[in-house]
Amino acid sequence: MTEREQGIWHALESVKDPEIPPLSIVDLGIVTRIEFLENEQPKVTLTPTFSGCPALKMMEQMVADKLRELGYTHPEVTTTFEVQWNSNMISEKGLAALKQHGLAPPPRHDGYIELDVLSDTPCPLCGSRNTTLQTPFGPTLCRSMHYCNHCKNAFEAFKPVG
Amino acid sequence: MELTEKHVEGLKELLYKMADDQLIIGHRNSEWTGLGPLLEEDIAFSSMAQDKIGQAHALYELLEQLGEQDPDTVAFMRNDTQFHCCQLAELPIGEFDFSLIRQFFFDHAEALRFEMLQNSIFEPLAMVARKFRGEVKYHTMHADIWLKQLGHGTEESKTRMQNAINETFGLALGIFEPGDYETELQEVGIFAGEAALQAAWLEKISPIVQQAGLRLPDISEVTPAYGGRKGIHTPHLQPLLDEMTEVFRIDPAADW
Repeated sequence: MTEREQGIWHALESVKDPEIPPLSIVDLGIVTRIEFLENEQPKVTLTPTFSGCPALKMMEQMVADKLRELGYTHPEVTTTFEVQWNSNMISEKGLAALKQHGLAPPPRHDGYIELDVLSDTPCPLCGSRNTTLQTPFGPTLCRSMHYCNHCKNAFEAFKPVG
Repeated sequence: MELTEKHVEGLKELLYKMADDQLIIGHRNSEWTGLGPLLEEDIAFSSMAQDKIGQAHALYELLEQLGEQDPDTVAFMRNDTQFHCCQLAELPIGEFDFSLIRQFFFDHAEALRFEMLQNSIFEPLAMVARKFRGEVKYHTMHADIWLKQLGHGTEESKTRMQNAINETFGLALGIFEPGDYETELQEVGIFAGEAALQAAWLEKISPIVQQAGLRLPDISEVTPAYGGRKGIHTPHLQPLLDEMTEVFRIDPAADW
């Protein structure tokens, strides 16, 4: 990786998921490629967490703004399915950021997801595994809703996706 | 093997029916927003709607790359006879039992379709199929849980589920209406075809239905509701399109 590519990777760590502010898009795992075009302008490729994610256009815009901030006048930002995002692509730092935001991080998986993966999700507030899945759907496509029988709090989890 | 014009036509036909299915059933699912029998169901159907409309968009983008018009124009500027969704997708939401059974039949079919397409030689389609598969997993889980719960619930819930199965099975078979290019798509490895998909679907759903204490009608006695793939629709599609496209028709450049 060249130094200028590295510089962009580093800069994109300050671009945060608009719905989960402590989580950068790099740690979320949606930045799949950074390259320089013949005109010396950078091109950043993103992949969606969910095809129907409404935050995607906003994130493209935020990346382009960041690149302009770095002094690139004609940056290119594109979204493709070349690399298919799955929740294992969230970095360790990303998992910690999710927890910090009060969202239970998704368990690592081997591609095969069944409902019982969600049924004993550790509570991000007290750590208890004595929790109940309320619904695999939540306020955004990437979240499920749970209840902690120990600390009696409702909480959300970032759900595992294969 | 090189793709001829017929292969490309077949590919477009496949993409149109998949995209139109997703858009129309997605729109129908969204009609449960605010009306679900439980808050969780309201959210579930709304989330599934959002997934399906996102998937429709990605499929319309593939069509655009093959020379068709842009996604908004394709989604909002056609009349019912130009749509290729199956009739199952376009029917009003009805009661919750119908919507659940429709979701069960349809989502298992599409999950299997995406699974088959993961290895399509048309790589752009294979890539989105790999992505959609993980998303739809949550949809089939949702359908399976409810089928089991209501199949083993009260007398009323069992009767309602069984009646909904009986009334919806022929419509579901309409998903697998053969296209004009089945052979072409198979010979190059774009798609294994509707007949193969229907067989895989029956094999997949039969044990789930049985475990829910319900039964599927005898397939030889049911007439599949064909026509949707060729633009023949029920009277329910055009009013849906009129509603969906109202803003676009008033102001195509509207932004929010």
